Amino acid sequence: MKALRTLGLLALLILVLVFPVLISPNNVVTDMAVFTLIYAMAATGWNIFSGYTGYISIGHAVYFGVGAYTLALICQYWNIPGGYLPFLLLPLVGLVAGTFAIPLGFIALRVRKYAFAVTTIALMFIFQLLAYNLRGITNGSLGLYLPPPPWSSDIIDLPFYYVTFILLLVSIGVSWRIRHSKYGLGLLAIRDDEDRAFGLGVKTGPYKLVAYVVSTIFVGMAGGMFVYFIGTIFPQFTFDPIVDVNLTTIAFLGGLGTLAGPLIGAVLVVPLQQWLTLQFGGSSLNLILFGSFLLVILLVMPRGIVPTLQSKWLSWKASRLKGARVSATRQERPALVDRKEG
Amino acid sequence: MAVSLIIEGVVLGILTGGVYALMASGLTLIFGVLEIINVAQGILVILGAYLTFVLERSLHLDLFVGLLIIMPLMFGLGVLLEWAFIRRIKWDRVTLSILVTYAIALIIEGALGYFFTTNFVELHSWYIDATVQIGGFYIQYIYIFVFLLSVVLLAGLFLLIYRTAFGRQLRASMQNRTAASLIGINVPRVQAITFGIGVSLAGAGGVAFGATNAFNPASSYDLIYRLLVIIVLGGMGSLGGALIASLVMVILGDVVALIWSPVWSSTAFFVLLVALLLFRPQGLFGRLEGRKQ
Repeated sequence: MKALRTLGLLALLILVLVFPVLISPNNVVTDMAVFTLIYAMAATGWNIFSGYTGYISIGHAVYFGVGAYTLALICQYWNIPGGYLPFLLLPLVGLVAGTFAIPLGFIALRVRKYAFAVTTIALMFIFQLLAYNLRGITNGSLGLYLPPPPWSSDIIDLPFYYVTFILLLVSIGVSWRIRHSKYGLGLLAIRDDEDRAFGLGVKTGPYKLVAYVVSTIFVGMAGGMFVYFIGTIFPQFTFDPIVDVNLTTIAFLGGLGTLAGPLIGAVLVVPLQQWLTLQFGGSSLNLILFGSFLLVILLVMPRGIVPTLQSKWLSWKASRLKGARVSATRQERPALVDRKEG
Repeated sequence: MAVSLIIEGVVLGILTGGVYALMASGLTLIFGVLEIINVAQGILVILGAYLTFVLERSLHLDLFVGLLIIMPLMFGLGVLLEWAFIRRIKWDRVTLSILVTYAIALIIEGALGYFFTTNFVELHSWYIDATVQIGGFYIQYIYIFVFLLSVVLLAGLFLLIYRTAFGRQLRASMQNRTAASLIGINVPRVQAITFGIGVSLAGAGGVAFGATNAFNPASSYDLIYRLLVIIVLGGMGSLGGALIASLVMVILGDVVALIWSPVWSSTAFFVLLVALLLFRPQGLFGRLEGRKQ
C-alpha cells in the first residue's frame, strides 16, 4: 500500500515535470499552469497559518502585494536585468514580506475569529490605498514595470514554471514539517479550542504570530513571482481583494489544514477561473458561472474536497472489510470537530 | 477658514453618515443573530440601487416611492437566500459564511454586469440636481432627504427591536441561541426574518447610495470593506456601535478630505481602526470575544 502511494506520488511528480515540455508551444495552457503553481504555493503558505490555526485571514494579499512591489523596486533601483537573477531575489522578497507581517500580525491577532477576518481585510485596503497614494515609491496608479525576461516566447513560461515548482515543493516541505511537529500540534490545538490550549501551556500568542509570519513569506514570494511573470504591477491587481478570496477559496475547497488541499484546490480553481474569464470575461457571465460552481461545492462538500473524499474512502474501506476494524482515530482528518452552536 | 471647512465636513458627514448607518446596521444585525459575516451586503446595496434605476427608467417612479416596492422585494430575497444557502452552513461558520456569501455576491455581481454592463450609472431626479442654502453652505436636497430617510428607518428598526415581541425574540436569539430555543422561540424563523431585514436595509441603503453616487457592479467592493470596518469599529453585533462608527467614519473622511487631501480620507479611518484595535480590541461597544460558555 505504501509502495503504491510512493509510486503514485512519483508518477505525479514526473507528470508535473514533463507537462510543460509536452505542450510547450501552447502558451495559453502553460500560462495557466504557471498561475496554478503560483497560487498553489501561496495557498500552501496561507494554509500554514489559517488552515492550522483556524484564524481565517482574508488579508494575505497585503504580503502578495508587498512581495510584488519589493521585487519591482529592487529590480528598478539595482538595475537588475531580466533573466534568472530576479528568481534569486525571491527569498529576500519573502523575508521582506515576513518582516512586514510581524507588526501587522501583532495588531490583527489581538482579536479573534470574525473580527480577525475583518481586520485583515481592512489591513489589505490600507495597503492598497498606500500603494495608490505613496506615489514617490510605488508610482501610484501608473504602476511599475519589471525587466522583461530575455527568453524567446516559445519557452518563456518554462523557467517560471520550474522555479515556481521548486518553491512550491519548499512550501509543501515546510508545511509538512510544521504539521508533524509539536509546534504544529500546538497550532491545531489553538484551532480546536484556543482557551483550553492556552490553559494547557501552549503559548498561543507567539505560536500564532510565528505561523502568521511563516505563511506570509510564501505569499510574498508568490507575489514576487506573479509580477515578474506578468511584467507590470498596479495597486489594484496586487493588493487585490480577489487574491485574498482566491487563497481562501483554494485552500478551503481542497481542504483546510490538509497538505494536499491547497494543491488540489489550486488545480481546480485557477484554470477554471482563467478559462471562464477567457471565454466569458466580456459579459460578466464568468462571475455567475464561477460563483455557482463555488456555491455548489461549498454546499455539497462543506468540509472541502480532501476531507470529504477521505472520510468517504475510509467508510467504503470499512464496509468492504466488514469484520476487520478500521480504527476511526487513525484517519488523518483535519481536527476541526463539528462545533455545536450556541 | 479652516473652522468653516471642518463644520462643512461635519455637516456633510452627518447627512451621509446615516446611509452607512443603515447598511451597517443590517450587517451587524445579521452578524449578531446568525453569527455570519455577510460579504454579500455590499452587492445587495448595489442591487437595491440598480432596482431603483430600473423602476425610475421603466415606470418613472420617484426614488422614495420606489422604496416601497424595493424594501419588501429585498426582504423576500433575503429570506429566500437564508433559506436556500445560509441555513445549510452547519459548521465552521467563519470561513463558510464568508465563502458562501462571497459566491452569492459573485453571482449577483455577474448578473448585474450581464444585464446592465459595467458602465457607471446615475439616478436622476429634481432633488438630486437642485441645491438649498443653509447657513452659508449649499447642500443638495437629496442629502437632506436621504438623511431623513435614514433617521426614519433607523428609528423604525430600533422600535422593532426594543419595543415589539419579535424584537424580544431577536434579542434573545442574539444573546444565546440555545437558551432562546429552549424557552420556545423559533430561532430559525427569527434568523430568516433577521436576514430579510438586513437585506432590505441594504436595499434601502442602496436607494440612498444610488441617489448620491454614480455606481457600477464593482462599487460593491469599496462598500463592503467600509461596512465591515464600521461593524468591527463599533463592536460586532452592536447596533449603537454601528451607528456611531458610521458617523465617525464619514465625518472623519470628509474632514480629512477637505482640510488635507481627498486621497487620504479613507486611510485616516483605517488608521483609526488600527489604533483602536491596539487599545480596545473588542471595538467601541463590543464584548470581548472569547470562550462561549
